Amino acid sequence: MSWTEQLDARSCVLLRLGDRRFALAADQVSELVAPTRMFRFAHRTPEIDGVILRRGRVVPVCDVAEKLIGKRLTSRRYYLISKRRQEGATDWVALPVSGDCELIQADLTPAGPSDSPHVAAWLSHDGEVIEVLNLGALTPGAEPEDRGTSSTPMAEVNG
Amino acid sequence: MRFEQVHKTPAVRTEQIILFRSSNQVFAISSASVQEVRSVDSLSGASMEINEASVPTVRHMLKRGAHGVYVVNAALHFGLRPSPAALIFLLRKTRVGLLIDGIEKMTTMTRLQALSPAFCHEERVWYRGLTVLDQNVIPVVNPQGFLTEQELLQLDATAGALLEAPAASASEVGLTP
Repeated sequence: MSWTEQLDARSCVLLRLGDRRFALAADQVSELVAPTRMFRFAHRTPEIDGVILRRGRVVPVCDVAEKLIGKRLTSRRYYLISKRRQEGATDWVALPVSGDCELIQADLTPAGPSDSPHVAAWLSHDGEVIEVLNLGALTPGAEPEDRGTSSTPMAEVNG
Repeated sequence: MRFEQVHKTPAVRTEQIILFRSSNQVFAISSASVQEVRSVDSLSGASMEINEASVPTVRHMLKRGAHGVYVVNAALHFGLRPSPAALIFLLRKTRVGLLIDGIEKMTTMTRLQALSPAFCHEERVWYRGLTVLDQNVIPVVNPQGFLTEQELLQLDATAGALLEAPAASASEVGLTP
């Protein structure tokens, strides 16, 4: 049985993009930081806006709002620094978010085959049904999680 | 006489780099990969125009030795707005000259960070990685990333045809009474 087939209480971080809320597994979140100087250089990955420096590490900034809410964020309140793990290595991406983030415990419902690839699961919070994001499907350079067959814990399947 | 034991700290690996500008952006290149720095003016007599549609970043060839050196416009290569270039880096162990706007300075980098896997297009070939200097992130270019083998072959074919054309017309002139 894969983790997504279980109804399990997990820690998630709620994030706001425009007027919608999404969630990310808490163990995929490294930190929440105030907007800092972004460095831009020539590249051809359209999803990447630039990079920020965080604790000596260069972290690419990936605006996922366009994919999720259909428009780019006009105001960035924080960067949610998220971890992606693939091929035994960890890398980080900074997701701009437009509002406060909240750590919650919630029961997850597995995503169905008809759900978009960026949906890892669903949760219900304050009467709202919220998508738990699959970073691998949302950010460039990562393999999307195979939702139906994976038996790896959440933190290890996204990216 | 006894000497106090000296604790050796591991030597930090450093690399000399040249910071250069192209279209108002700063890049770094290992100084070891630059054989010569020439002004555009000093090479104007030794260059030949070349127009290979499949390699739009190259407009000139320098006649040096048995093979030509192809001049890659850095701004076009990196998809930046064309800018007035003043210098050419002749790169070591490649047949590439790099047309740039100017040199910022020479300095030393102590750390080269690999490009994040989130960057997943041509930039992976363009850059060896990123370095941080004075709280600025600078991409370190890959000297082997300017022209592919295939592009060099295409440029050689075009250059060969260009060089043969004047020779053929000269011999025709010689044959004509």
